[in-house]
Amino acid sequence: MFIEETNPKESSSWIQHSKTNVLRWFVRTGWRHFVGILSCAFAGFPILYIVSASLNQQGTLISSNHLFSSITFDNYVKLFNMPQQPFAEWYLNTIIIGLSGSVLSVFLGAMAAYAFSRLRFYGRRVGLFSLILVQMFPQVLSIVAIYLLLSNFGDVFPILGINSRLALILVYLGSALGVNTYLMYGFFNTVPKEIDEAAKIDGSGHARIFFTIILPLVSPILAVVALLSFIATVNEYAVASTVLVSPEKQTLAVGLYEFVSQKFSQNWGLFSAGAVLAAVPVVIVFICLQKYIVSGLTAGAVK
Amino acid sequence: MNTSINDEPRKNAIVRRRAERVAAMANVRTWPLLIKIFLLGLLDALGIYSLFILAARRYWLAFIIVLIVGLLVNWIYWNNKGLAAKYLTPGLIFLVVFQISAIFYSGYIAFTNYGTGHNGTKEQAITALMQTSLTKVSNSDTYKISVLQCNDKLSFLVTGSDGVSKIGDSDTPLHVADGISSENGESSSVSGCQTLSFNDVLNRQNDILQVKVPLSSNPEDGTLQTSDGQTAYVFKSSLMYDAKSDTMTNTKTGMVYRDSGKGSFVSATGEELVPGWRVNVGLSNFKRVFASNDMTGPFLRVLLWTITFSVVSVASTFMVGLFLAIVFNDPRMRGRKVYRSILILPYAFPSFLSALVWAGLLNEKFGFINQVLLHGADVPWLQSPTLAKIAVLIVNLWLGFPYMFLVCMGALQSIPEELSESAKLDGASAWEIFRYIKFPLLLVSIAPLLISTFAMNFNNFNLIYMLTAGGPTDTSTGMNIGSTDILISMVYKIAFVGADRDYGLASAFAILIFLIVAAVSAIGFRTSKSLEELY
Repeated sequence: MFIEETNPKESSSWIQHSKTNVLRWFVRTGWRHFVGILSCAFAGFPILYIVSASLNQQGTLISSNHLFSSITFDNYVKLFNMPQQPFAEWYLNTIIIGLSGSVLSVFLGAMAAYAFSRLRFYGRRVGLFSLILVQMFPQVLSIVAIYLLLSNFGDVFPILGINSRLALILVYLGSALGVNTYLMYGFFNTVPKEIDEAAKIDGSGHARIFFTIILPLVSPILAVVALLSFIATVNEYAVASTVLVSPEKQTLAVGLYEFVSQKFSQNWGLFSAGAVLAAVPVVIVFICLQKYIVSGLTAGAVK
Repeated sequence: MNTSINDEPRKNAIVRRRAERVAAMANVRTWPLLIKIFLLGLLDALGIYSLFILAARRYWLAFIIVLIVGLLVNWIYWNNKGLAAKYLTPGLIFLVVFQISAIFYSGYIAFTNYGTGHNGTKEQAITALMQTSLTKVSNSDTYKISVLQCNDKLSFLVTGSDGVSKIGDSDTPLHVADGISSENGESSSVSGCQTLSFNDVLNRQNDILQVKVPLSSNPEDGTLQTSDGQTAYVFKSSLMYDAKSDTMTNTKTGMVYRDSGKGSFVSATGEELVPGWRVNVGLSNFKRVFASNDMTGPFLRVLLWTITFSVVSVASTFMVGLFLAIVFNDPRMRGRKVYRSILILPYAFPSFLSALVWAGLLNEKFGFINQVLLHGADVPWLQSPTLAKIAVLIVNLWLGFPYMFLVCMGALQSIPEELSESAKLDGASAWEIFRYIKFPLLLVSIAPLLISTFAMNFNNFNLIYMLTAGGPTDTSTGMNIGSTDILISMVYKIAFVGADRDYGLASAFAILIFLIVAAVSAIGFRTSKSLEELY
């Protein structure tokens, strides 16, 4: 290295209370901490606020302004005892729809990415290009068509009609190829082709190569795409609200929104508790997998 | 793995491969084959089951589609060639059914008047009109009936004065029934049916009131209805449909309603009969968007705001994200991981919840920002049209900057350190290094993400709908459109919120949004040339 100041121990020199040293520290890294603390306050305070609101005893919007003035779990208990708002069922529905949707869509996307990355076939380039085009038409745009399509399906097969969770999962799978394939395709290309060629020479069939060699090698991107599509499903409101009608079949997004928008300030405490419960698993998984997520987000773009 | 093969080993490999193939043919692994047979068998069973149902219901087009797809899938998976198809088919089926056909279906609906009051076919509309206008005929004969339960339907058994017994239900007109046994000259039971007892009749009064048995196959003869389960009267529709002239006539007022050609019967005075039916209306939905008093103004305002919202959101999140990435991209700084973990919280927090939390924070009377941060001020964050727009942008900055921060961080770290070092040797300042070396390189890799972020924000339904629901509502127009509504939230409102649902207009908007996003993205991708990587 040409410049010696990269010695990490030097940055701890700020402990010496010499004025010039403090100034030097501030110019070099101190202002970075200043910016960091400011931005963390901006990023973290709404989340701190909602955690505090969920522990608030009165559970109204205005009482929630006294951060952490009282700590009780009343809201959490009440949340599971509302006959009109079956929170536990919303939670379960969200997890079932989210998990099955994301696992299946990752699988579909991985198969397609494998085909695009490893096989050479007629229409490959056109196929990739059309996937990008289709991706620009998000499902929420064709929401009217999806609603009418499902109404027609429901006439013949009630299990695929409006108000069916299975139907919603299938609808979400419709966007699996468009959203996931391109991201995975980039990652599949980074796995050396020689590996599967060697396996082929050893007598492995294509299915064996795909399931036992390629899939384990690309597992980081599979995890990232699964997580992102799980989060997308958890967040999805528009399609879910038109497909799922009866309260016990709804997801958290639909149920909680309708619950809080009825009586915004009175239901605030209960909503906060629901929000914290809904967010905790997602946030924990996200923080744990952040290394992979960062690499996955940039894999598509950064070469 | 290094497999630089010379000529001799390659020949060997080919021979060996051939031998392997022969061996593999002879010795197919059992488990994968069993799984394959099981999965395909399951699929075929489902397919055949749905074929039976479709045939029974006479949905022939659907029948043919299911049949062809089923045969195609079997052919693809039992064929030794076409490897790519084996991997693409499962995803493609879902893509075609729920994405591509939905897109084309939207395109079709955009040219119809589908919506509240225009849901079905003309025949359905005529039947519905006739049924809703049923009134009791004043000099009706009295019919002695008994109510029967046949399968799951309620039927009327009628004995006329001539002693002939007839049976019918809401869907089948009265007809002479077989297997009628009579007691005391009055028929009372039919084989396969159960006569309701007096108690049953009382208990199921509401169901019985709904039964309308046509007297004959000609709807003008009227229907039989009962209120007590014993005597029935003739009810006739006050509307008469004349198939020849294709008009509806109100028999009481004599008013004639003609087919307006726009999916409803309209009288000479402009009175419209509801429900109407679904017809192709050509470009009239698009005309309404571009050249009508009630729609064009709001549409252009919403379009302008949608573009402003997306552009400002991309720019602000990118600038903040890039700035933070530069700030934290210094190995001398301590605790960078802690900072990063906190900074990505808004990205990890489910976005529909974030928007609702911010709606609470920004609440005018009780919200944290007005009450605590501004010491009890009454800033109408979500009530004033201008402030609501600013609030939406701030919240979207909060939601979006962590993503930009992460990707900019990744992009900065992937730029080789040697570049800036050699620039430093050449006497470039830190700003020059950033401006002329790092930033252009960064932009190359980030540009596609900026475009997709733009496209994502263009359709950022959740944020708008959860934070402001599009409000504050613009009362100067008759439409339910607010000043923070973006196109997609407007589409949702037109289609699914309120009593008047207009699927046709909503689909027309959806098509327009698609064209706009596709055009912007195409220009963007062409400029950034990121599509070149495809080839």
